[in-house]
Amino acid sequence: MHLHQDVPLDSGLKLPAPAIAFEAIGELNADRSNAILICHALTGDQYVATEHPQTGKPGWWNRMVGPGKPIDPERHFIICTNVIGGCMGSEGPASPHPGDGEPWGLRFPVITIADMVRAQAALLDRLGISKLRAAVGGSMGGMQVLQWAASFPGRVESVVAIATAARHSAQNIAFHEVGRQAIMADPKWKGGAYEAGAGPAKGLAVARMAAHITYLSEAGLTEKFGRRLQRKDAKSFGFDADFQIESYLRHQGMSFVDRFDANSYLYITRALDYFDLAESHGGQLAAAFAETRARFCVISFDSDWLYPTSESKRIVQALVAAGRHVSFVELKSPFGHDAFLLDTPGLNTVVDGFLRAGEAGR
Amino acid sequence: MNRLSIRLQQVASQVEPGASVLDVGCSDGRLLAYLRDAKQVDGRGIEIDSRRVAAAVAQGLSVVQGDATRDLAAFPDQSVDYAILSETLQAMDRPAHVLSELVRIGRQAIVAFPNFGYWRVRASLLLKGRMPMTRTLPVSWHETENIHFCTIDDFRMLAAQMGLRIEREAYLDEERRVRVWPNLRADHAMFLLSDQRPDLIGAKHHEQ
Repeated sequence: MHLHQDVPLDSGLKLPAPAIAFEAIGELNADRSNAILICHALTGDQYVATEHPQTGKPGWWNRMVGPGKPIDPERHFIICTNVIGGCMGSEGPASPHPGDGEPWGLRFPVITIADMVRAQAALLDRLGISKLRAAVGGSMGGMQVLQWAASFPGRVESVVAIATAARHSAQNIAFHEVGRQAIMADPKWKGGAYEAGAGPAKGLAVARMAAHITYLSEAGLTEKFGRRLQRKDAKSFGFDADFQIESYLRHQGMSFVDRFDANSYLYITRALDYFDLAESHGGQLAAAFAETRARFCVISFDSDWLYPTSESKRIVQALVAAGRHVSFVELKSPFGHDAFLLDTPGLNTVVDGFLRAGEAGR
Repeated sequence: MNRLSIRLQQVASQVEPGASVLDVGCSDGRLLAYLRDAKQVDGRGIEIDSRRVAAAVAQGLSVVQGDATRDLAAFPDQSVDYAILSETLQAMDRPAHVLSELVRIGRQAIVAFPNFGYWRVRASLLLKGRMPMTRTLPVSWHETENIHFCTIDDFRMLAAQMGLRIEREAYLDEERRVRVWPNLRADHAMFLLSDQRPDLIGAKHHEQ
């Protein structure tokens, strides 16, 4: 769907009538009060609980979204949009430029988390949804839902922010910079002006490999791979993928390039690095939550070192200081940051109880 | 609606309907759930144990995982009607600090704790020479979470030193109310407190 209006951006530029791709599941009720927005992570997309058209894989958050799950199409009208800057149908660097029809490439404006949220709000305007029952997201999705409460304090009743942070740390930025440099060092990147299907696949794969390590935990890697060899007879005394972990990472990198655009990766990692919710509120994170009356549920995982519990606690302290109703729990999981996508005990019951309490209190 | 122990009932009975409450060390949220359902109380809680927090949040309660010694600092001054510390005082690293935080955050504080001056405790030490294990205190000394026991008289003295006024007090011996000689005869005490030094609230906050 194309928005009828331009979306103003934090950079001062405008995105002219951008395309927004989204999936909707369930029925909007008569008083339009049962909408839940799900915000996806860096390399996620709108296929939260429906089969991915390119990979044929099931939705990326089936564990959370579906019949009998905490976010349930029987009760909720579930919307998930592809973020602007993305590459699954929303306006991004691979989309045709409205002027010449060629891909935007690096002509695409640099966007922020707040810009993504502004575009989502404009889509909801078009769908006639003035208020969200809940905004739910993990990782970058968690940043978007926190931004929702700050940017549109009257439009969201409940916020679920999982495995996330209110700002990108130096370490977070550092890992992203490694990924971006890998992409830009690939000669096929061509200053961002590569043709569709002929992009910097090797650079993008390396970026994904480096990032993928940050989504796992050392204990999880040790348990899953240890030092086991790919071919159990012997080392090659060369540079093939001797270790299973090497082979696994190479596979992750190679399969990623089939579904993701390298320039999108640059733009979205940039948006993450620029994210600091306190910065735009006088350096006081609590000030970002001064106007909203939403209830908050913040969840972290003990083995997540990408967005560790200390970052969630910072969010929680700001919410407490702002006088908001907040629930916070650190769940145990061996899976690192990826725990929010996986079968983590307690995650569904916590989210379900939180959402149902909000519905009961209406 | 869940059934409360007699001790939690005693705490709950102090809370006015519709009030706001912070329950420090709220466990799985049983008191908060009761107050919400029976008295329409606007409740929040803090609890250190992850599984108990998850159980509380799953009931729809606003409970944050955290450590009372450190994490109460974020709560604004006089932001709830009652700050409650029930069966938790004796497990705190710094009980006096937590008590000062309770009267800073709550307009009133409710503190309930087992009385170490109870005659069975005294008898156990006097006659057996062993750390007491009673119905109220069933865990052996090396396994108990309770590191700062006090008697009712000890608590009253601390409250006086801190300039806190005891608005109400109630004592139990198991299920029965105790009115005479509580420091000897009660195994459990509950105090409703208020800070008599509102001018010092800000100063105390800055000390941390």
